[in-house]
Amino acid sequence: MHGFVGGYLIPGLLMVVESLVVMVVLLVCVAFLLYGDRKIWAAVQIRRGPNVVGPFGLMQSFADLLKFVLKEPVIPAPANKAIFLLAPLVSSVLALSAWAVIPFAPGWVVANINVGILYVFAISSLEVYGVIMGGWASNSKYAFLGAIRSASQMVSYEVSIGLIIITVLLCVGSLNLSDIVLSQQVGLGTMLGLPNTFLDWHWLSLFPMFILFFISALAETNRPPFDLPEAESELVAGYMVEYSSTPYLLFMLGEYVAIVLMCSLTTVLFLGGWLPPLNFAPFTWVPGIIWFVLKGCFVFFMFGIVKAIVPRYRYDQLMRLGWKVFLPISLASVVVVALVLQLTGWGGVPTAG
Amino acid sequence: MILQPIFFYIFSIVTVASAFMVISSRNPVHSVLFLILAFFNAAGLFILLGAEFLAMILVVVYVGAVAVLFLFVVMMLDIDFGELRQGVLQYLPVGAVIGLILLVELVTVLGGVVISPEVSAGAAAPIPPLEQVSNIAAIGAVLYTRYLFFFQVSGLILLVAMIGAIVLTLRHRETVRRQSIANQVARNPASAVEVVQVKSGRGI
Repeated sequence: MHGFVGGYLIPGLLMVVESLVVMVVLLVCVAFLLYGDRKIWAAVQIRRGPNVVGPFGLMQSFADLLKFVLKEPVIPAPANKAIFLLAPLVSSVLALSAWAVIPFAPGWVVANINVGILYVFAISSLEVYGVIMGGWASNSKYAFLGAIRSASQMVSYEVSIGLIIITVLLCVGSLNLSDIVLSQQVGLGTMLGLPNTFLDWHWLSLFPMFILFFISALAETNRPPFDLPEAESELVAGYMVEYSSTPYLLFMLGEYVAIVLMCSLTTVLFLGGWLPPLNFAPFTWVPGIIWFVLKGCFVFFMFGIVKAIVPRYRYDQLMRLGWKVFLPISLASVVVVALVLQLTGWGGVPTAG
Repeated sequence: MILQPIFFYIFSIVTVASAFMVISSRNPVHSVLFLILAFFNAAGLFILLGAEFLAMILVVVYVGAVAVLFLFVVMMLDIDFGELRQGVLQYLPVGAVIGLILLVELVTVLGGVVISPEVSAGAAAPIPPLEQVSNIAAIGAVLYTRYLFFFQVSGLILLVAMIGAIVLTLRHRETVRRQSIANQVARNPASAVEVVQVKSGRGI
């Protein structure tokens, strides 16, 4: 019995506590990021944005939360009730579960698994199910059209995201997210004899891939300018049109958590994760988690700016961009990166264990 | 070590039950959703085996891509399933024969391992234990050396199948005006705009 308590119960409880902490902190962060998103959007349009609830409107997201929770959920009569309610759950639970493998600081990760990046990729490819199930179960033309659009959009950009991740993995030699961050301690900058700085991170050595990843992440999370699945001017609100109150809240939550996930994935893959931008004295005093959050917020700021200033794509152009531009470029870059690594002997060695 | 059998039984029971629901549920969309559940639990079984890479690839490829397309097609089709079900008994013998062949094959493969391990030992390259080399490195080392030829041939077959599908379905209609992005980007004011001095009362 001692083996059970020491071997399973205590590590299990510890993992539950860690997951809860990550989830609570994450949800609070998402609430403020949502507020930040609206503020950025408002600032670009010379509006004031949310400014009523709390100081500077900081409590706006919590007021929205209460509003959604207290409303009555309406389920349309012809809807397939079980799948209708399952869809928002799938969307939000999947988005949250991907956070298990994201390393926030050295050792700060709930599950440090070897195939971490594949796990995140698998989860993010599953997020399309929430959308499809919701759109189909609503039994409405708008919702269904939105779901079909999103299915093809997410599957298309998944392909190029996968290839972009492969180029990073080739340079690192490991699929573990912590190893990916640590591998960015050496790079272009240290090759020139400089100490470890932001020049070593993958954004510089794989600069085209960084841009491609950012744009694909926008498309993958249905963010503007690629928010065709929920284009309100033509599809009302796409797959969400029949949803109200808590199910709608769960959809919104899933969407924003997925966006923040993409921001931190960009941070881990290209911006050096928790590493300080200049790896010497005054900068190394700041804990890694602060750098991680700052970098994540920077990427989120770019997401917000893109939403505010870029007009929506036309659907056929979106597909053209995905299949005829991004796919060939990322496929070619996999070949080129592999060739360069093979010829020069740069990059990481596959790690054991 | 009690957790492993418990999880094994949970995963396998759900896999078998959802596989049964795939063929027995009335709504085709429910069938596909149960199929996804079955894939998921199979991935769980892979993880219990220590084959984490295979588990993730199963989820990425089958659940993330193949099943999405299934769902896509099933939702778009307008099938009368009452009509479809009428011919079930007719196809039952063929289905039973195929099932039987598959069963015999599985028994042969698994039985071979049990009865004479030395025969099947020659089929697989020795894989170092998990502590020394990770899953992915082990698979890659075998796939790109020993089985390189089969790997490349299967890739070529898939490529041919893909090109075949495109050739069969692509209709190039001459009458449709297409957008040429290159032409649009290459336009400049000099070639697109002409400034004309129009005398009043004359028109162009």
